[in-house]
Amino acid sequence: MIRLEKRPSPSRVWTVATPVLAVALTMVAGGILFAMLGKDPVAAIRTIFWDPLFNAQFASYSRPQLLVKAGPLILIATGLSLGFRAGIWNIGAEGQYIIGALCGAGVALALYPLDSFIVFPLMVLAGGLGGWAWAMIPALLKTRFRTNEILVSLLLVYVAEQILAAMALGLMRNPEGGGFPGSRNLQQYPAAANTELIAGTGMHWGVVTAFIAVIAAYVLLNRHMLGFQIRLTGQSPRAARFAGVNPNRLVVICLGASGALAGLAGLFEVSGPAGQVSIDFNQGYGFTAIIVAFLGRLHPVGILLAGLLMALTYIGGELAQFTLGVPAAAIQAFQGMLLFFLLGVDVLSNYRIRLGRRGVA
Amino acid sequence: MDLSAINPVVLIASLMVAATPILLAAIGELVVEKAGVLNLGVEGMMITGAICGFAAAVETGSPALGFLAAMLGAALLSLVFGLLTQVLMSNQVATGLALTLFGLGLSALIGQRYVGLKPPATARLDLGPLSDIPVLGRILFSHDAVVYLSLALVAAVWAFLRFTRAGLILRAVGENHDAAHALGYKVVRIRLAAIAFGGACAGLGGAYLSLVRVPQWTEGMTAGAGWIALAIVVFASWRPTRVLLGAYLFGGVAVLQLNLQAAGVAVPVELLSASPYLVTILVLVIMSADRGRAALNAPASLGRVFHAST
Repeated sequence: MIRLEKRPSPSRVWTVATPVLAVALTMVAGGILFAMLGKDPVAAIRTIFWDPLFNAQFASYSRPQLLVKAGPLILIATGLSLGFRAGIWNIGAEGQYIIGALCGAGVALALYPLDSFIVFPLMVLAGGLGGWAWAMIPALLKTRFRTNEILVSLLLVYVAEQILAAMALGLMRNPEGGGFPGSRNLQQYPAAANTELIAGTGMHWGVVTAFIAVIAAYVLLNRHMLGFQIRLTGQSPRAARFAGVNPNRLVVICLGASGALAGLAGLFEVSGPAGQVSIDFNQGYGFTAIIVAFLGRLHPVGILLAGLLMALTYIGGELAQFTLGVPAAAIQAFQGMLLFFLLGVDVLSNYRIRLGRRGVA
Repeated sequence: MDLSAINPVVLIASLMVAATPILLAAIGELVVEKAGVLNLGVEGMMITGAICGFAAAVETGSPALGFLAAMLGAALLSLVFGLLTQVLMSNQVATGLALTLFGLGLSALIGQRYVGLKPPATARLDLGPLSDIPVLGRILFSHDAVVYLSLALVAAVWAFLRFTRAGLILRAVGENHDAAHALGYKVVRIRLAAIAFGGACAGLGGAYLSLVRVPQWTEGMTAGAGWIALAIVVFASWRPTRVLLGAYLFGGVAVLQLNLQAAGVAVPVELLSASPYLVTILVLVIMSADRGRAALNAPASLGRVFHAST
């Protein structure tokens, strides 16, 4: 008879080991999935996890892509993790990402063709503010009316998608675009372009910001009163209230911070890798970042590593798509599976497995 | 703009069709939440049901088998959630999200071969002379079997929770799992059964979307219907009759905005398309602002992990 015994506190060893175990289990299950699709499982796993980094033929292209893809994921996930730690669930990062991109791109398109060093900083400001403002809707509804922030933030994603479509087809459409939907390409507007900072690395301002966010989150959580309050609220909301934590203030701060970071991620994406506001500009980074946040154990350094790993599955997935014909959707299923396994093996950090019958105390 | 083109009888009839997927998913989720489990994976289960049902119906040529396959597929998926949250005691919010993300990927994967196909038509139930009643016949008696099934299901869930012993036990498990456990009820088993039921309902709702409402398969075609179903449970303050009201209200908004789009009303199309989500948010605010009522009705153990440690 197997039974589970609650640990007094989560095991430190397993907290670090479970993400690794989850990745290993996902590779096995993913291999089975690929085999069912009629693909060689070993080749598929190798193509996803090994070839983008070490295959001489692809690595020179795909290594820089790693930072390009990981940047927004890390940026968004770092923000989400603050709220998740405190039990504040911002699930609408995708919407905040879209609105951030729209606000930032809006500034650039309004100033076009002004050539000034001030354009890009203004865009960054607008992007962050846009994401922040979009996140304030669920935050204020929660603090004022006790509305569930999970549902509101999520429903706002669909609203944001409609606004994006309206902008790409209407207000922000490129007047020189021959009637096609989509805005001007910001990469061709030097004052607004988010270019590669060091050639051949994929490092752009979004990646730099992601690293800054990781460091800031680490300092906040470990050295700052607010970080202590976030952690305390997550572990015991009652104790936090007795300790004088204002839950409403925490909701506003956590949702605001994650919204602003998601907005920044959107802005850096629209002015860099994506280049323009288009109907299908959003690619689900806001949702994948949820997986990144959990895979990184809601810890800034963990999120950094998890973001890189998840970026690898994107790039490796694309590679597998055209070398092996593995469908793109398989990667999405693969990422979802990873989160399942992670949550499943988490039982090992919180519980001890005991064999045999319970003794009589 | 020509509002006279909107026929109220047709509007109400199509409202019932538009509301049915959400009604099914919401009534399933209501049972799950009554058992004390918060499954945020409704969207994932719905889309999985949508593609399982679509694939089965196309392969066999029978919509009925499609609906069955949808229920089975989504119930199996929901049991993954059940295994994780009930046996491995994972966080329900996170696991529900994982279910949605995985469901979206899995359905896209299965659905690749089915893009652009047409499913076999689902027949209207032949109710003979009833359908010929002038106005009522068109509104009430000219639908397919699933619409009536969804209404019957609401009534059955209402009666089950209110009048049966099993319903009482289910509610006890949701209100206080420790007390229910102490009384000897199998909390985990009851919850797993509720989760599977919720999954089957969501799957049926998803299949209704892909086989009747939209009749085709496109990736991500549920477009938030699962989340709206979750919101409707809150709106209904966990009461089956109000779930019906909420779903039909939503169906009304969804159909009305489509009609207004078609009539060319001077409102941006995107705003009309976003209106179902905005209305849902508004309704959530109104319900939640009424302090006490909504909060008092939520099952007390909702979302809490159960571990029989004592």
